[in-house]
Amino acid sequence: MSVVVIGGGQAGLQVADTLRTEGYGGEIHVIAEESGLPYQRPPLSKDYLAPGQEPAPLPLRGASFFVDKNVTLHEGAQALAIDRAERKVKLTEGSLDYDHLVFATGARNRMLNCPGASLSGIHGLKTLTDAEALHTALPTARNIVIIGAGFIGLEFAAAALAHGCDVTVLEFAPRPMGRALTPVMGEWFAAAHRSQGVDLRLGEGIDRFEPGADGRVGAAVSTTGASYPADLVLVGIGVQPNDTLASDAGLETSNGIVVDETLRTADPAVLAIGDCASFPSAHAQVRLRLESVQNATDQARHAARTVLGANHPYTELPWFWSTQGPYRLQMAGLARPDDDTLVLGDQAAAKFSVLCFRDGVLTAVESVNAPADHMAARKLLAAGTGITRDQAETEGFTLKAVASTPLVPVVA
Amino acid sequence: MPTVTYTQPNGTQQTLQVEEGTTLMRAAVSNGIDGIIGECGGQAMCATCHVYVRPEYAEALPEISDDEDEMLDCATAERMDSSRLGCQIKIDAELTGIVVDIPAGQL
Repeated sequence: MSVVVIGGGQAGLQVADTLRTEGYGGEIHVIAEESGLPYQRPPLSKDYLAPGQEPAPLPLRGASFFVDKNVTLHEGAQALAIDRAERKVKLTEGSLDYDHLVFATGARNRMLNCPGASLSGIHGLKTLTDAEALHTALPTARNIVIIGAGFIGLEFAAAALAHGCDVTVLEFAPRPMGRALTPVMGEWFAAAHRSQGVDLRLGEGIDRFEPGADGRVGAAVSTTGASYPADLVLVGIGVQPNDTLASDAGLETSNGIVVDETLRTADPAVLAIGDCASFPSAHAQVRLRLESVQNATDQARHAARTVLGANHPYTELPWFWSTQGPYRLQMAGLARPDDDTLVLGDQAAAKFSVLCFRDGVLTAVESVNAPADHMAARKLLAAGTGITRDQAETEGFTLKAVASTPLVPVVA
Repeated sequence: MPTVTYTQPNGTQQTLQVEEGTTLMRAAVSNGIDGIIGECGGQAMCATCHVYVRPEYAEALPEISDDEDEMLDCATAERMDSSRLGCQIKIDAELTGIVVDIPAGQL
């Protein structure tokens, strides 16, 4: 018996861990493209870039894990092809047989292809190598231009400000983090970053980069024709799922590897989880692909149990966080731009939550510096407690108070 | 080098030598101590590195922030006076020898 996991990120390691912890007795192979111990990515855009740090990557599991749990880590290895008929994965060196194959291949950064996009001084941020390059460059950088006001871009903006740099962010959309946040929260973050000193340019995309006297990047010219001096550029315009290996193996892909509610592909021996998987979301009631630690680890636990013989649908509540300077953003559930919203707390004091309602019932909560609201929201939304807008508007209402009373799911 | 002792719910103990400035969570995760997860990477966002600190070390601990306080209220295992998030405790000379108890569940 053998499980082969392609991907040494949060999802891949968690599959191996759960398989072993819950009694799997066969071989477990994890194929990791990067060399060294697999590490956590979230700190790379936060703590790792803070001034005055001599940062060390945080391993996902210690070296002893692989020995104690008898998990074979193939580091610096690449899966080149899958033979599903023979149940075989071809690697850069040799091949592995599998009874179950799990794709945990993650995603890769979307690249710009505008003029000047390959100039030196233009960075992405995904891997430890990327973070090391930025950590080295930040202390001497002065004018930083960030392309894209998504999570990575704004986390990096906060880090760059802490280094005393001038920071300009170009975002083509009318609001920051527009794919993930409600308009009310997006607008609050726009104002908050500006108050910190970020020059946030909304509705303005990148047209081209121009070299400076030294041949490295010197300026970023936006779609309005404005030119911004730049000695360091970070491109944070989203990611694309790593699904080519799967499609080459004849598996369906559509913005990710298509899986059913048990996280299996059409081939029951093959599963896909985390950033690379397109799954039917029980919460959004549509097919989607999520990029988060929660999604990676919860799907990994679920997939491990599917391999062990369970046949349940994956229904975990999505949650997410981002730290942007003094602002700790936490989201529970999936907000939609057209959700009806209600703000609880103090926006001026940067401690509040946005409650999202669809058809009058709570579906998501976005919180800034309000972890009690977030944790209560997770509990309430996971239990299917149908908080109504009328209820939330009652004098003295708090999510925490409701969450600490016995929860009664609403039967639809 | 300071030492940290982690106690599992069944009473077994493991003692680690920990470089100053390393957090209780990082030391545990890096050394494969069961029961400390640190899923958010040390941001006080997930409450999966909840520990109970033995009272004799309480005074040497850093103060608890509002964020940590609110997260602990909602941790999976019961919050007690001795509850802390391991990611918020950096080990220094004063904390050497600290003993913590790991709760039965973090998720």
